[in-house]
Amino acid sequence: MPKRELLLGDEALALGALHAGLSGVFAYPGTPSTEITEYIQGHPLAAERNVHRTWSTNEKTAMEEALGMSFVGKRALVCMKHVGLNVAADAFVNSGMTGAHGGLVVVVADDPSMHSSQNEQDSRFYGQFALIPTFEPSTQQETYDMIQEAFDLSERYQIPVLMRLTTRMAHSRAVVEVREPKAENPLSYPQKARQWVLMPGNSRLRYKELIADNERLELEAAESRFNHYAEGGDKRLGIIASGIAYNYLMENYPDGCPYPVLKISQYPLPKELVRRLAAECHELLVIEEGQPFIEQAIRGVLPEPLKIRGRMSGELPRTGELTPDSVRAALGLAPHRAHAASQIVVPRPPALCQGCGHRDMYTALTEVVREFPNGKVFSDIGCYTLGWLAPFHAIDTCVDMGASITMAIGAAHAGQHPSVAVIGDSTFTHSGMTGLLDAVNEGANITVVISDNLTTGMTGGQDSAGTGRLEQICAGIGVDPAHIRVVVPLPKNREEMKRIIREEIAYKGVSVIIPRRECIQTAKRHAAARNKK
Amino acid sequence: MKKDIILSGVGGQGILSIATVIGRAALAEGLQIKQAEVHGMSQRGGDVQSHLRISSSEIRSDLIPRGGADLIVSLEPMEALRYLPWLSAEGWVVTNTVPFVNIPNYPDEKALDAELHALPHVVLLDADALAREAASPRSANMALLGATAPLLDIAAERLEEGIRAIFARKGDAVVEANLAAFRAGYETAKKQTAR
Repeated sequence: MPKRELLLGDEALALGALHAGLSGVFAYPGTPSTEITEYIQGHPLAAERNVHRTWSTNEKTAMEEALGMSFVGKRALVCMKHVGLNVAADAFVNSGMTGAHGGLVVVVADDPSMHSSQNEQDSRFYGQFALIPTFEPSTQQETYDMIQEAFDLSERYQIPVLMRLTTRMAHSRAVVEVREPKAENPLSYPQKARQWVLMPGNSRLRYKELIADNERLELEAAESRFNHYAEGGDKRLGIIASGIAYNYLMENYPDGCPYPVLKISQYPLPKELVRRLAAECHELLVIEEGQPFIEQAIRGVLPEPLKIRGRMSGELPRTGELTPDSVRAALGLAPHRAHAASQIVVPRPPALCQGCGHRDMYTALTEVVREFPNGKVFSDIGCYTLGWLAPFHAIDTCVDMGASITMAIGAAHAGQHPSVAVIGDSTFTHSGMTGLLDAVNEGANITVVISDNLTTGMTGGQDSAGTGRLEQICAGIGVDPAHIRVVVPLPKNREEMKRIIREEIAYKGVSVIIPRRECIQTAKRHAAARNKK
Repeated sequence: MKKDIILSGVGGQGILSIATVIGRAALAEGLQIKQAEVHGMSQRGGDVQSHLRISSSEIRSDLIPRGGADLIVSLEPMEALRYLPWLSAEGWVVTNTVPFVNIPNYPDEKALDAELHALPHVVLLDADALAREAASPRSANMALLGATAPLLDIAAERLEEGIRAIFARKGDAVVEANLAAFRAGYETAKKQTAR
């Protein structure tokens, strides 16, 4: 009997990759993708084979490291959240041009409804844009099976494969049947060496091949076992359902769907199957998680030969993740009978933990900034973004990884004072260091607070790339060591912190203040581990 | 069999441990399981919920449809009420009665109590006190699991095996504390559900 395990979608993917002969996982933590790398880090097979599994500094370095591993013939996995693909985009798009050698799979976990993210971007557009085949599983079992096929396809076509998860797939558990692990690939080198040097002459040749391959990959998708066409007796409607949306469709038809259904989990979109469905049915309904990727492709601009319904027409909500209920409404089925909502329940937003050092940092910082008529605080991505909420109301912006320092620079050049940046230690090494170099070179009059909790806190406490070296890094970049100030963010040190913040805001130039105290969550875990010994 | 369960509480209270124990027990029984969890930013002291579905036949959606839940199991009373639109007409609410007040506009506790008592099928318990008396205040989540057990259609022994498995690495004392809390919750609920 095959072994059955209860796995998160992220874990099913990780285990599938290990069983496919993975030699390295490269990633920067990001919800909802973090558990993929963590699972590999904790798995005995990864230790036994010494699979590379430490965190990278950001998604771009991760993508490039994986591409290097693929170049020498081994199977490599890159994992990130959707906005991480923006950071890795240069490497990702160009990896379509170089192609892969050892199997290379890029897993991107999208976050529709923005549970832990700043937007709802849909990674399938990136796959299409880069001419990279894309997989989108519907179940945890399919995730486990699909990652192995993704590596095979990557090697067969010598191209990276994008695997798109969404929050509910990444963070939902189900029973998965697992197989025996395969061996790792030996070292080997690409036969088509020329396309790995993307000089214009080489790129022009390669681009034509890439386009031709894309057409063959569409035929593969039409034949794929992950895409299937189910006949249905009632042709008034034809349904296209992709990825996890397929589950919400079938939930509403426990005895089988009466309409023909085209399930899509592999792209390029197989146009032949879409045409077949359109020819058989009077109307189409497109159900997809995220942005209307398929719907937009088949709808176009010109008048339609038949009615297409979906997120763009308003039958399904234009934003937010799908639910079995929103899909039910689009299918024209009556809602289930449900209890009335309670009238006394109020929202309970997330908050910084009691005892967290960011709290003490913000208390001191806001008290000083409010001494000025127009102090502005540019913040960044991490737990400390919660400083926008009550009681702190401490920050004015949060945009993308690293934007705190660079936006403070731009504002300072326009005459803003004080122009303060607040960034965490892990975000600083991810994307803040280059901005700090700009600040030094441009003599920007800014005050940078690197709130150092010695970890990547928001995603659960992963290692932070610059721990123990932040002062050295800042000094190396060129910040005057006299204006690199370290404080311990505790209530008893509040007056000292305020004095230092005042002094550094008064200093005309780049100063860095590092409030340093371990994350309260990792500190608890470390204390428990010590007690056990 | 089919049980659709909404687990709810405040980030950090330990609803995922309840889900893990039920999941292990269901796996041991050869049942199908789907369990959608909340990770990341939404966990920090905010409301958290998990959709846990157990069935002897194939489960499609990772999310429970509105009006479909057989059980709401909550570590916090207001959080139990938050998910009422998911509860089926015959569904049960099993909740801890101890409010977790970390917001300035937390509702009036009398009104909260009245709404909970007005539900047709409800098990109310002070899981914190039960756990404290039985063993350790940190086992309140296992007291709540115990209170859910009579409504689960999974043998209590299976759930106890699950508790042993997930707490084993923390030592025998922790396992025993959690088992004691589980049993205390079980006894309390049996009295309230036997009518």
